[in-house]
Order: sequence, then structure tokens, then C-alpha cells
Amino acid sequence: MKTEYTITVYTENQVGLLNRIAIIFSRRKINIESLNVSPSEAESIHRFTIVISETEEVVRKLCRQIERQVEVLKAYYNTNDEIIWQEMALYKISTDAVAEKLKVERLLRECGARAVVIRKDYTIFETTGHREETDKLVEVLAPFGLIEFVRSARVAIIKASNGFHEKLKEFEAYEPAEELIENEFLNQNDQVFTM
Amino acid sequence: MKYNNMETLEKEIKEVAITTKTLTGSQAVLEALIAEGVDTIFGYPGGAIMPIYDALYDYHDKLKHILVRHEQGGIHAGQGYARTSGRVGVVFATSGPGATNLVTGLADAQIDSTPLVCITGQVFAHLLGTDAFQETDVINITTPVTKWNYQITDAIEIPHVLAKAFFIARTGRPGPVLIDITKNAQLQKFDYTGYTKCEHIRSYRPKPIVRKEYIAEAAKLINEAKKPFVLFGQGVILGKAEKEFKAFIEKGNLPAAWTLLGLSALPTDHPLNVGMLGMHGNYGPNVLTNECDVLIAVGMRFDDRVTGRLDKYAKQAKIIHLDIDPAEIDKNVKSTVPVWGDCKETLPMLTKAIAEKKHTDWLAKFAAFTKEENEVVIYNELNPTTDELTMGEVIRLMNEISGGEAVVVTDVGQHQMVASRYTKFNKSKSNVTSGGLGTMGFALPAAIGAKFGAIDRTVVAVIGDGGFQMTLQELGTIMQAEVDVKILILNNRFLGMVRQWQQLFHDKRYSFVDIQSPDYVQLAKAYGIAGATVDNRLHLKDAVNQMLNSKGAYLLEVMVGKENNVFPMVPQGCSVAEIRLK
Repeated sequence: MKTEYTITVYTENQVGLLNRIAIIFSRRKINIESLNVSPSEAESIHRFTIVISETEEVVRKLCRQIERQVEVLKAYYNTNDEIIWQEMALYKISTDAVAEKLKVERLLRECGARAVVIRKDYTIFETTGHREETDKLVEVLAPFGLIEFVRSARVAIIKASNGFHEKLKEFEAYEPAEELIENEFLNQNDQVFTM
Repeated sequence: MKYNNMETLEKEIKEVAITTKTLTGSQAVLEALIAEGVDTIFGYPGGAIMPIYDALYDYHDKLKHILVRHEQGGIHAGQGYARTSGRVGVVFATSGPGATNLVTGLADAQIDSTPLVCITGQVFAHLLGTDAFQETDVINITTPVTKWNYQITDAIEIPHVLAKAFFIARTGRPGPVLIDITKNAQLQKFDYTGYTKCEHIRSYRPKPIVRKEYIAEAAKLINEAKKPFVLFGQGVILGKAEKEFKAFIEKGNLPAAWTLLGLSALPTDHPLNVGMLGMHGNYGPNVLTNECDVLIAVGMRFDDRVTGRLDKYAKQAKIIHLDIDPAEIDKNVKSTVPVWGDCKETLPMLTKAIAEKKHTDWLAKFAAFTKEENEVVIYNELNPTTDELTMGEVIRLMNEISGGEAVVVTDVGQHQMVASRYTKFNKSKSNVTSGGLGTMGFALPAAIGAKFGAIDRTVVAVIGDGGFQMTLQELGTIMQAEVDVKILILNNRFLGMVRQWQQLFHDKRYSFVDIQSPDYVQLAKAYGIAGATVDNRLHLKDAVNQMLNSKGAYLLEVMVGKENNVFPMVPQGCSVAEIRLK
């Protein structure tokens, strides 16, 4: 069954790597729903956050292919309940609409929107949250003339992760430590070996 | 610092001068190749790589450069060299069309895990992205077909990037690497501090630590197995683990079958070698795949040509998969015990842990299937009753006369399957073919490289009349570089494999498979290459003898039956157990 998965990839900061990772998806005709690249907690290590809807088996294989890339250190995949995630959205509406219609103000409050810029002609609001939350504001603002709307990619923190500092030290060591071989199928000691 | 005498001072000054001499980027490229032990380069010059070729002028005593006739020929030659020598093949090409002509070879090397370092020239850095003359976005074009690629715009990067390139190409699961160097970087002078080989890249783990508990688990399965069956691929050859592999199967008396690229890792006449897997493989190995109880896959990737219909593939068996690339484990066939590691390490560990077994009844089953295949297919192929020559008898004759010692380079199609089925190999690294990509036109240039990679061995390129016409310009390379390759064209006046499919699956609607050939002997003659054509069984032996005993290159065209088919065959979409003998 196709589910929404968030793939977190720790990489070197290298020109061309985005393309290498992107074509792993496009080759299989998989649509990337959201993609964010940012620095990570570890110095010089970048972090890709990629959202796709696929079966777990496909996502697992994709992560293997991503990890095969020379400049990729590690790829994790998680379901939505294993992560804390946010997306940010910006909305531009006419300032008159906000000023004149009390209802708009109430709706903005309800959605936790914040004014970023207020000009004579337009006002820009911002909300942060899950897709449903940012979408909801689009819906409620539409009747009042939403001039522009944009939503950022998802950023996500894995609940169970301890960050990459320690892992990076292991990667930097010439001789890998036992724990580095954390390919999950190798760590399962039960009867069924799954990867 | 205090100097005791002038001599020491002079020496130290010299040393400093040596460690920080000024080189051009081009010189640094060639110094890197020498430091990596490269002796042969296959290449073709052009505008954007001229500084490197200019530097090469001064290095011609240390580096042999083979001028090919087309960049595709250059890269296939690099592949042939890598396959027979076990070393990294090196290819030079210029920017634009030079670089795009490499793409087929890169894709071929990527899918067949062949270590290559390709160096392409690129326009000046300030012209990048301006649609300059002979500018193409080589890095992005080649990204899907390289293990790694990188563009150098500053000469200072050259030593460490090339060190990285060679390290990545040859370690782990090998593959092609492309380094694109802008012309300004080739010309740029910089302080060269020497070349250090790369041994570690933090984001790249070519070789894992082997988990012993999985070895134990695998050994347990093998020891309990009544019908164990080993499949081996090129991983055994790439891992230089032929000896370890032999010891492993011999201890457990495990029948072993090979993939197209695993061919020659185990001598053909070894009693445990039960034949070839896959679409045109042998009868027993295919049928018994669906009967064995433990399937042990070593350095192979369960390609669809091997597995046939996947949902009916070895469903009854427990699967042990040994591979160095974790992405291959569970990719096509789910494993019961994954043994991730270098088979040079994992095989001896397994050998130690398994018990000596006989498996007499199980091995007899393979023998029974071999007997049946012999009667229905092999005997007729090797002893035809009509005047028409078969590919099989030609191959077997060539193989017998060469004493099984020749390197056989094959192209793609019917002759490739026949050559793989009927050649008996004694030595590893004797089979060079385009397996994964199925690149017609591969054999002639690959044979040139194969010869340079194994200069003391006889190299026979077996090619169909279709494939030969795709890259026959490389006859020019053979002429100029005086490459001693024997070219055996099996001419059936058809694109035989496609014709076979059209006959079997498209109601004999022969659509554009009828291909004409030039006079190959005359063609060879034009290149100063001796040759002959033969269509009569009476003259075949003499002709093959003449080819193998000739001094230098030789082209022998053998006219074979027009509409012969390769059998057995697992039709597409069928399970391996549904293999057809006719």
C-alpha cells in the first residue's frame, strides 16, 4: 500500500549530487512531492528531506540506491508518525480585505497566521504546520482574494534519531566500527532476515 | 635549520624543489596516471583535450596511447582491457561529441561493473553554459551511467580528484568514473606537491565488515540442505576470488551454475560446473532452480534474463545472497540470509563453516538433465547433418584448436549465446562480453583492449554480421596499432536473435532483420589485415587453424545457417522451469 514517507539523506555538500539523487526517483517515474536541502546539525554535512508516496518496499530500495551514491553518507526513511514535521506557507492578500473585514482577522487568528509584511496595498501572512493546516488557510482566504500563495518543502526531525555527530565520527574513521554496519537487516537477530 | 655542509643544503633545496615543482594541469593528469600504474590509454584527441595530448607528447615513453577511430571504440577497448587485466581502464576523449560518444560505453561499464576512469576535455570554465563550440553538459549527461563523476575547473584539484577517481572505480562494486577537465585547468600552472593515492572517502564504504552470525546462519542452511545450488556471477572474478570459490563448492560438493558474466570464473570442465543460467542457459540449471532447497547466489544480481518470471522463481528455496553491493540484496529476489561483503572474505569464512558433503543423488539429477540436453540440442548443434554450418560447431572447433586458452570476446546476439554455451574455458578472465546492456558493436573494440590487457594471450573476437558493422571502423585501430586480434565473424545474413524472436513470437514476420554485408575479406584487406571466408565444412578446420596461427590480426568470416535458432530458451514471461529445448 502506498503511504507517505519522508526520506532523510545525509550527504556531502557537492555540486551535482541533487541531480544524482533526483534521477533515482525520476528513473522509476516516482514523483517527488517535496524536496528540501539544508545544512544539518553536523558541520559540512547536508541534509535532504524528500517526501514521496510509495510502498515501503519501494522506499527501502530507493534508500539503498541513494546510499550507493559516493557522496551520500546515510539515507533514512520514516512514516509520518515517526517524525515531527512542518511546512511553511506565505499568503498575499489585499490589505483592504484584512482591514475592512473583521471575519478575515478572526480566520487568520484561528489558523495561527502571522503578518510578515503590511503595506498599503497588500499584506503577507505566514503559517507553519502540516499540509492540512496550510491548505486550510488557502481555502478560507480564497473568498477574500488570495493574490499569491506559496508553500515550502517539508522539513522533518526524526523522533528516534540521535543526530549525526556520532555517526559522522564513525564515517571519518578509516576502519569502520561495528556499529557502523547498521544496515538494519544485519542488526536483526531474529529468524527472518529482512532488509 | 642548520646545515653541516653545502651538500646537504643543496640536497634539501632539491627535495623542496621536487615536492613543489610547477606543473601544468595536463602534466598533473599524466603524473597521476603513472602513479596509478596505468600503462595504456585508449583515446581520441580534440580541441578541448589538446593540452593533455600536448603533454602526452613528452610522456609517450611511459604511457602507451592507442588512437582509436571513434570514442565508443575507445571506451569499449578500455572495458576489454579492464576485463582481461583486472585493472582500471583509462579513456581520453574531447568535449562535446567526443564525450557523448562515450555514453554507450559508460552505460555498459556501469551495468557490468567495469572499472574505468574516463577523462574528457571541456571548454574553458568561463565559457561553461554559453553553448560554446563543442560544449555539452557532460556531467549531467553521464550522471545516470557513472559510479561517480566530477568536473575540474582548477588544476589544483587534479591530483586528489584523480586519486579519488581511481579509488572509486576499482573498489567496492567497481564501475566507471568520468572526470571532465576544463581547458583552462589543463593549461593552468600550479605548485604540484606530489600524488597521494586515495584510501578513504568518508561518505563511501566500499567494503563492509562481515557479520559472522550471518555466515553461521548461511552455513547452517547449507549444511541442512539436501539440494543446495550455487549461482555465481562476475563478483567472483571482480573479487579475485576464483580460488576461494572453488574451495567452497568443492568442500560441500555444491553444484554451481554461472551467469553470462560469471563465465570462466570456474573451469568449464570442473565436475561441479553444471552450466549456464538464464534465457539461453543450460537445461538442468534452469529447471533445478525451481527444485533446489537452498540457493546460494555469489556475486550476481538476479538479472531478469537469469530469473525469467520472478514470481515463479525459486519460490521453494531458501536464498543466501553474497554480494558486496547492499543495494543488490533483496532487489529482485528476497534473501533468507544476506551475506553482505567481499566474497574474497566471505567465501573462505563460509567454506570453513560448512560440512563436507557428497550430494550424489542431487548431482546426478543435473547429469540427467545434461544428458537430455546433449541428446536433444547439443549433439545436433555440434554434429549437424546438413551442409549448413552451425555456430556451435565453429565455436567448438575454434575452442579446441586454441586449447581453451584463448580469451573470447563476444558481441551481442545469437553468436554470443552460442559462444558462451559451447566454449570451454580453463582460465578466469577469459570471457569478455556485454552482458547487462547488450551492446552490439562491443566486441571488436573490446577485443583490442582485451589484447592489451592480456598481451600474451590469444584474443578471439566472435562477432555477428550485424554487430561487426556497428564498429568496424576499429579495423583502423587494429591496423595502426598492429593489434594481434583474431576476428571470427559468424555470418548468417540476418540479425539472428531478433529474427529468432520474430519467428517464434511474431508469426515469422521478419521485419528489417535481413541485413547485407560487404565483402569482409576485401574490407580487411583494405586495412592490411589478412582474412578468408569459408562456407564449407571441409575447409573449416584449415581456415580456423590459419586464423589462430596467423601472425598478427586476422579476419575469418564463416557463413553459417541462415535460420538456426538458439536453444534451450526460456521465453520471456515464463518461469525458468518452463525452458524449451526446441
